[in-house]
Amino acid sequence: MSHDILTSTFAGAIRSGTPLLFATLGEILAERSGILNLGVEGMMLIGAFTGFAVSYTTSNLWLAVVAAMGAAAILASLHAFVSITLKVNQVVSGLALVFLGAGLSGFWGQRFVGIQSVSFVNVKIPLLAEIPFVGNILFNRDPLVYVGYVLAPFIWWYLYKTKYGMNLRAVGEAPGAADARGINVSLTRYIYTIMGGALAGLGGAYLSLAYTSMWVENMTAGRGWIAVVLVIFAIWDPLLAMLGAYLFGGISVLQFGLQVTQTPIPPNIMKMFPYLFTVLVMLFTSSEKMKKRFGAPSALGVPYSREEKT
Amino acid sequence: MSENVLELSNIVKRFPGILANDHVNLTLKKGEVHALLGENGAGKSTLMNIIYGIYKADEGEIYVNGQRANITSPHKAIEYGIGMIQQHFSLVPSFSVAENVALGLKEFHLFPRIDVIKKRLRELSKKFGLDVKPESRIWQLSAGEQQRVEILKLLYMNSQIMILDEPTAILTPQEAEGLFKTIKEMVKYGASVIFISHKLKEVLEISDRITVMRHGKVVDTLLREEADEKILARKMVGRDVVLRVEKSPPKTGDLKLSVKNLYSRSDKGPFAINGLSLEVRKGEILGIAGVAGNGQRELAESIYGLRDYTGEIEIDGTMLKPLDVHSRINHGVAYVPQDRKGVALCGNLPLYYNLFLKIFTSKQGDFNPYLFNPISLKKPAEALVKEYDVATSSLDLSVKYLSGGNMQKIVLARELTLNPELIIAVHPTRGLDVGAMESVYKILIKARENGAAVLLIAGDLEEIFTLSDRVAVLYEGRIVGYSEPDEEHLEEIGLMMAGIKKERVG
Amino acid sequence: MRLKIERRKNDPTKLSIFLMSVLSVLISLAILGLIILSLGKNPINAYVQLTSWPFGTVAGLTQTLISMMPLLFTSLGVLIAFKMKLWNIGAEGQFYMGAFAATWGALFLFKGISSPWLMLPLLAAFAAGFGGAWGAAAGWMKAKLGVNEILSTLMLNYIAIYWVNYLVYGPWKGKGSYNFPITATFPKAAILPQYTSDGLNLGIFLAIATSFFVFYLLKRTKFGFHMDIVGDNPIAAKYSGINVKKMTIAVLAISGAISGLGGMMQMSGVLFRLQPNFSPGYGYTAIIVAWLARLNPFVAIAVAFLFGGLLVGTQQIQLFLQIPFSLVSVFEGLVLFSLISGEALLRYKISFKGVRT
Repeated sequence: MSHDILTSTFAGAIRSGTPLLFATLGEILAERSGILNLGVEGMMLIGAFTGFAVSYTTSNLWLAVVAAMGAAAILASLHAFVSITLKVNQVVSGLALVFLGAGLSGFWGQRFVGIQSVSFVNVKIPLLAEIPFVGNILFNRDPLVYVGYVLAPFIWWYLYKTKYGMNLRAVGEAPGAADARGINVSLTRYIYTIMGGALAGLGGAYLSLAYTSMWVENMTAGRGWIAVVLVIFAIWDPLLAMLGAYLFGGISVLQFGLQVTQTPIPPNIMKMFPYLFTVLVMLFTSSEKMKKRFGAPSALGVPYSREEKT
Repeated sequence: MSENVLELSNIVKRFPGILANDHVNLTLKKGEVHALLGENGAGKSTLMNIIYGIYKADEGEIYVNGQRANITSPHKAIEYGIGMIQQHFSLVPSFSVAENVALGLKEFHLFPRIDVIKKRLRELSKKFGLDVKPESRIWQLSAGEQQRVEILKLLYMNSQIMILDEPTAILTPQEAEGLFKTIKEMVKYGASVIFISHKLKEVLEISDRITVMRHGKVVDTLLREEADEKILARKMVGRDVVLRVEKSPPKTGDLKLSVKNLYSRSDKGPFAINGLSLEVRKGEILGIAGVAGNGQRELAESIYGLRDYTGEIEIDGTMLKPLDVHSRINHGVAYVPQDRKGVALCGNLPLYYNLFLKIFTSKQGDFNPYLFNPISLKKPAEALVKEYDVATSSLDLSVKYLSGGNMQKIVLARELTLNPELIIAVHPTRGLDVGAMESVYKILIKARENGAAVLLIAGDLEEIFTLSDRVAVLYEGRIVGYSEPDEEHLEEIGLMMAGIKKERVG
Repeated sequence: MRLKIERRKNDPTKLSIFLMSVLSVLISLAILGLIILSLGKNPINAYVQLTSWPFGTVAGLTQTLISMMPLLFTSLGVLIAFKMKLWNIGAEGQFYMGAFAATWGALFLFKGISSPWLMLPLLAAFAAGFGGAWGAAAGWMKAKLGVNEILSTLMLNYIAIYWVNYLVYGPWKGKGSYNFPITATFPKAAILPQYTSDGLNLGIFLAIATSFFVFYLLKRTKFGFHMDIVGDNPIAAKYSGINVKKMTIAVLAISGAISGLGGMMQMSGVLFRLQPNFSPGYGYTAIIVAWLARLNPFVAIAVAFLFGGLLVGTQQIQLFLQIPFSLVSVFEGLVLFSLISGEALLRYKISFKGVRT
């Protein structure tokens, strides 16, 4: 492969990894609090649509980002309400969220199909962008990529070093113990499930505001589900999530790189790669032993009520 | 007379179908150890959970230091200076000891000062004889050590009223001695302690006053000087007879179960069974005594084929493979697990389905081996419900709505209609009332008289003595010695349970 | 005010469950109405248009039955898996694999067979085999390695869809297709008996027969009884000597086989050739059908009928009122939400209490 193709493949990995990163970080927050939200795909779609609609009507990209996060957060709060207050099966509720997010975005988004809007442009970071090879890949990107660079370490720091992160981890791991120490389990779960939704919305918005500058129905194409798998891959660690997201980003742009070099693999087969790779990752990370060893939030998916202990 | 730090007045708590607390009155004086004695299901834990804010009382009042207290959550209770150590510890497994103490403390804003906590913890450890390192992770600690962490937490928060719910159940007799010393030390510094137990001896050893509960009511409150084991036992049970079941001398037959050099891991990873060997013959009950957490569950599950192991398990001279329950069932092995709801029953399935969970995996009756006919099961189910005296409104009732005793009867009924030749019973009477206990004893003895081999794993020595023909002591995943089932050997067994004396000849 | 939630002491009655389900659908329709209104369309008019043709005319009813057929097959497939608490959301992919297998058989492997009596059962078995393998793959990964079946079946959906796309855009592209991505038409022997000129075929009766088969399997066999046990408490199942791993693989295989069979029926009964995006999400709608039918195979017939009509009706209003087809997904999401909330309300007693001071 020539130098140019290599550079553009790596740059593509960062770009297509960024929406995965946001969604994965969001899901890590929700799952760390003990709430399994399988609706990432739906929340990303709502985010992508809302972001596009707002950017198209106002031409204000940052307002679009905020709106996308807000819209996805509203969906997430629905999941939070039925999972936390009504204590329903979180799997089913998550699926419902996917239907709702995909449906609403497709429904309201139909009239935006096929329209171009503004999108984020690359901003060179002085000095850093001058680093040979790497600089251009990492530091000549759009602002949301930089948000991702900062957000992952920040969430890591928040989780492991601050009091609130400690509370969050305790709620996901031992809600009874957290409750006894005066931590409001339900409130904590609400907050992080909704924040998780907002981040999924940000991931979706990246697709329609930076990765492309248009809205296509179901444009997430399973990225929300891949994010759920990435959470396991990253063993609930924000820094590993960064690694996983860019790795997966790399795999999904591999096809473009291969196309340019004229490999005989047909495009429809190459489109399978991210999904095949996801299955492969699950094969190696799913065993109970692995989960126990690396500290999955043990109360994940289990509703908490003070009077019912098993 | 010293002041009352805690006063309960006419507490009533109802659960579906039972009156768990029936107008209970109780006082706790400053600096006293007040024991709450009663059988399982007498309402002790419910009452304490009300004080600690986990349950809300339906009626009645709580006064702390003479003031009416409205305790709506454990956190509120802690603010009132009430701390409780529950049977299931309230700790975050992946956190260190110090982090567990730091959790939720108001004195820190963004960053918890772990170093400050560590320093204070070391002081407290020294002062009260609680040996545990502040930086250890909880999941690495033994049950006894975790209990010490819980006590440290209470001390750190300066709790004045401490509730200990059956704290000795997970301790060796020696660890229990250590706990008693700590309690005495705490009382000296002005704390008041409620100590829940159903063991008469330790209650008499540690407490100043003793309140006995039965069927949700307070039977009596006595000073220690007024009480002895006999009086307490009578008040606890409501009649003089402590369980004595008629039992003929054993007619021991062929070797049924032989376990050699067994190794098995606990769920957490480390080995819980370390090269254990034992044998059980037909027509005898082998009692396994030991402090909880020494491999009881892993032993039973390995033998029954639910847990992976290395080593040899032979039944009727046939070597069995690990994780093969089906062949065990075919060899007539029945298993009454400790956690009947979690292991032996399907809570959402109807009662009569639960009586026949093994209908296709055992050689039970003659019927088409591929077709299932629920209607034809109703009649035999009805007969079993009658025979085992299960209290239920209907055969179709989901089994999760039954009481613990009735659940246990369903398990026993199912397991024993298969005419087992080897019964593995783990804490078979835990949570049962005396009547139910007696019928379980009779059922097990009858099975033995019919030639079954019984492996009885129980925490209660009284139960082991009543039922067993031989007693083996389990310590850290090994049989450390054998003894005869009578009171003379109590001390010897106790020492073996603590791992102190090993390998008695014979 | 404070929301207070307590668990009830007994199971809800069948009647209360039925009423709750009906109420859930009505509430969803009401909310959906508001969403239609948000596009500036009249919801009453939309609902009239949506229901009048598929349920009120012979031609419409025929189309409803035709679209009910694949829906019922996939719903039965999903339902079996759900019964054992296996969240197979891969019915779509299993449906695709069945259609792929049927096409492979009809156009290539069994090309020489001219008797429909031989051809059709062969295609059915072949399709069930491929759909079953697609399900069993997820089952195997779950049983042996603990892979979450929700995620694996979903990934397998994408893989199956791209696989079919690859074939119809590539090696299988039909000769007379004017470069459209479609395969050649099925031979006569590979086509199910047709009853009307507008497509009503044997498939719908086979789908209903499959409901009976599934009912019998679930309620009257050892296999079904063991499914009940594993579904309620896998540990108790192991304790009872049941091989839970084998059951997991077998149930997902059967589940996939039934969806795969649906794929074959769609090919041989309705479409007669493979093309991209030939499913408007039957495999996903099946999840809602199964859930709304409370996993009862007979109730699923009725629910699949209603949803078949919904799919047909939504196509109508898309055409005549320019209301996007995504309305179906919105409705499905709403129904699922109101159903699980309704179930929670039945299971728990919920009351509002003023905070006492």
